[in-house]
Amino acid sequence: MSAITGVVAINTFREAVRDRVLYNLVFFALLLIGAAILVGQISIGIDRLVIVNLGLSAISVFGLVMAVFIGVGLVCKEIEKRTLYSLLSKPIRRWEFVIGKYAGLLLTLLLNTVFMSFGLAVALFYVGRPFVRSDVSILVAIYLILLEFALVTALALFFSCFSSPMLSILFTLSIYITGTFAADIREFGDFSRNPALKAITRALYYVIPNFHNFNAIASAGHGQSIPFSLVWQDTLYAVLYVVLVLFASSITFSVRDLK
Amino acid sequence: MSNPAIEILGLTKDYPSGFWRRKMRRSLDSLTLQVEEGEVLGFLGPNGAGKTTTMKLLMGLIFPTAGNARIRGRSIEDISTHKLIGYLPEQPYFYDYLTARELLNYYARFFGYDADAREKRVSHFLEMVGLSTSADVQLRKFSKGMLQRVGIAQAILHDPPVVFLDEPMSGLDPVGRREVRDIILQLKQDGHTVFFSTHILSDAEMLCDRVAVLVGGKLQGVGAPSEIVSVQIHSMEIFFEGREGHSLPRAVIEQATHLGGRYRVEVAESELYPALEQLRSCDARILSISPVRPTLEDYFLHLVERQKVQNHAVEVEVR
Amino acid sequence: MTSSARTRIRRQLLCLPLFFIAIGVMQAHIDANAASVNVVGEDLLLRSGLLIQKLSLGYNSLLADIYWTRAVQYYGSRVGAPGAKFDLLWPLLDVTTTLDPSLIPAYRFGAIFLSEPGNVGAGRTDLAIQLVKRGIGANPDEWRLGTELGFLYYWRMKDYPNAAAAYLATSKNPKAPPWVKLMAARIEDKGGSIENSRIIWRELYESTKDPVIKNDAARQLQILTAQDDEMHLDELVDEYRQRFGHWPMSLEQIRAAGLLPGIPVDPVGVPYVLGPDGKSRLNPASPLANNPGSNPAH
Repeated sequence: MSAITGVVAINTFREAVRDRVLYNLVFFALLLIGAAILVGQISIGIDRLVIVNLGLSAISVFGLVMAVFIGVGLVCKEIEKRTLYSLLSKPIRRWEFVIGKYAGLLLTLLLNTVFMSFGLAVALFYVGRPFVRSDVSILVAIYLILLEFALVTALALFFSCFSSPMLSILFTLSIYITGTFAADIREFGDFSRNPALKAITRALYYVIPNFHNFNAIASAGHGQSIPFSLVWQDTLYAVLYVVLVLFASSITFSVRDLK
Repeated sequence: MSNPAIEILGLTKDYPSGFWRRKMRRSLDSLTLQVEEGEVLGFLGPNGAGKTTTMKLLMGLIFPTAGNARIRGRSIEDISTHKLIGYLPEQPYFYDYLTARELLNYYARFFGYDADAREKRVSHFLEMVGLSTSADVQLRKFSKGMLQRVGIAQAILHDPPVVFLDEPMSGLDPVGRREVRDIILQLKQDGHTVFFSTHILSDAEMLCDRVAVLVGGKLQGVGAPSEIVSVQIHSMEIFFEGREGHSLPRAVIEQATHLGGRYRVEVAESELYPALEQLRSCDARILSISPVRPTLEDYFLHLVERQKVQNHAVEVEVR
Repeated sequence: MTSSARTRIRRQLLCLPLFFIAIGVMQAHIDANAASVNVVGEDLLLRSGLLIQKLSLGYNSLLADIYWTRAVQYYGSRVGAPGAKFDLLWPLLDVTTTLDPSLIPAYRFGAIFLSEPGNVGAGRTDLAIQLVKRGIGANPDEWRLGTELGFLYYWRMKDYPNAAAAYLATSKNPKAPPWVKLMAARIEDKGGSIENSRIIWRELYESTKDPVIKNDAARQLQILTAQDDEMHLDELVDEYRQRFGHWPMSLEQIRAAGLLPGIPVDPVGVPYVLGPDGKSRLNPASPLANNPGSNPAH
């Protein structure tokens, strides 16, 4: 059962790796990290801060772009191209297909993040900063960014199961932006005197995925360590949400007529 | 008696249509059909008759509004049934970034073969469909005919007892079609059950043990190709000629077709004897009398005409 | 779709709300944890308001609102904590007002809390003045901003000529009420006095809707009242000395001498005391005693 999922995952991974767009994105990310070195040199004394901030932001942004743009095509591109017809006539359950596609993309993102992180390490090395203990916070920040990818990919996949690529991108990005500003939205509501608005924004805050949970870039920049309790809580949160979305995706895809 | 290879019971599919998607369009109406082991069944019908819908229902790509089906006794809702079937979709697409070999290898993985067995099978079937030389070319570079062959290969590489082919000859040149015909005959010889849909009648007549005719979502008839057409005998044809020295009456000649010295006339079965009398009375020499065998084509067109009239007359609103 | 498949799907769908509940609980835990640990989340890497404006792709006022919310939240989460610093308050307000120069509440907030010293504010009157001047420049119609400027010069910097000038300038706005011009004249005349201060703070108290500022103004008014009381008490101390020839040791003595009906209490109900220097003052235990606000008259 999970073997089938693995088969689909590896194939998805292979497809992503053969996609030239991916290489362009990674290239640009590395370019940005390189640029960070220049920027760092302009601002005296905070070169490490700038490199870490810019580098981690680049990893985050580019990974996000990949997650969204490839993610929304995961299922609907196969439907559109009708490659699914012959595939689903094989002994493979619908949910195995969906989860397999997800795992494949996640694997791709993981690999790309490793590459980009390596680039970041090289950049830090280049400016002559030997690695210190507090750099663990950078690794933690990258881990949290990966959690963020996992969630965004799941969302993109979900929309891919029933919506066109254009709409899926719109929906996924909307949720991402809303989720990033979730805390601010809640404060808007608290601020206002309208009890209905307060209730709505509060409910919204707990329902939408709060992506700011996964943003530890500032901490990493200052070398401030992130408490382990927060890390495992964030992990649990991400896992719960990802499972929810994957579950919903499986259900959606299992009842869908492939016209 | 063991289970039939394919058992379809009252399979129905409605699609929502119209702007508000409230009206239902019935694209398959209560199809009931049985195919025995080792049979080759041709599924005939014009475009839009519901042939592809039927196949997709059997493959679990779409879900029936009513009815069910069984393959060798196993319900189509059971995923393990897919081990027993091979499917070639209409106008197939495959992952174009893979090579033919990689694609077949990928699909083979779903059946649990180990790496060695996979390699052997893939090579064998690539050869069988004549793609050994292009095995390592990316599928995006394949022609339509080549894709069709890959499609057949992926449908049969796990040796399924029941093979479904949706329009396997479409888009092929005569050589390609002959090759596909040969493959189907080979499959039959090896004991597979083949269910294939086509709108090319000559292929059906040549290959099938039985044909099932679908028009407008409804099954019009099932039987051996000859059976189907034999049902429709309505008329007889008479070949005759004039005796030497005698010319035939103008009235008679006008009704007949002149074929180089001979004449052919078609009469309704009920009019046969009066016609013969008339010919005898003008001293024509009767050469032969035989029933007019309408081809499958005639039967077909007749059905399509009838369906058109039906659709016109009544607007079906199925809830 | 068979009915068994349908029921299975239905059952699966029912599980979804459970997930949401678990997620909500998790989020609450994370929030609690993050708050207690005071995780760094606040680095305004982009401090340039103009840069942000360019990047905001036209959604200036929306972003301004977000930054304004953050500024208020930033202040609110810190105030009262011992040793609190408000380093980011200025950048936050700077960005806010650059993105939306008409966000008037931001100017007022900044005027007060950028300039407040101690652990109640950033203690940067210069920045406050800069902020308010920007506000006046962008919103010449808002007469109240002129009074903020006047407030800053008067209260924080004790710069009476500039204060009077600010009040005068803004009084020229036809919408400005008469007290503004009056204020200009009074400062011109008397410089700093309890009465002037009281007018300014009372005006602030009455005009603001922001509860934080209102509280602050109320407190300041109480302090001013206390100062008034102290002045009167000092007069009584003098009288005591004139009568009895020595300085009183406590207010109790003054009361016993019949000069006071009882021990007077400050606006929050804590009795005044006599300090070692012989001057009356607030009881150190009184909440008003920790006031970092400065009084021009003492």
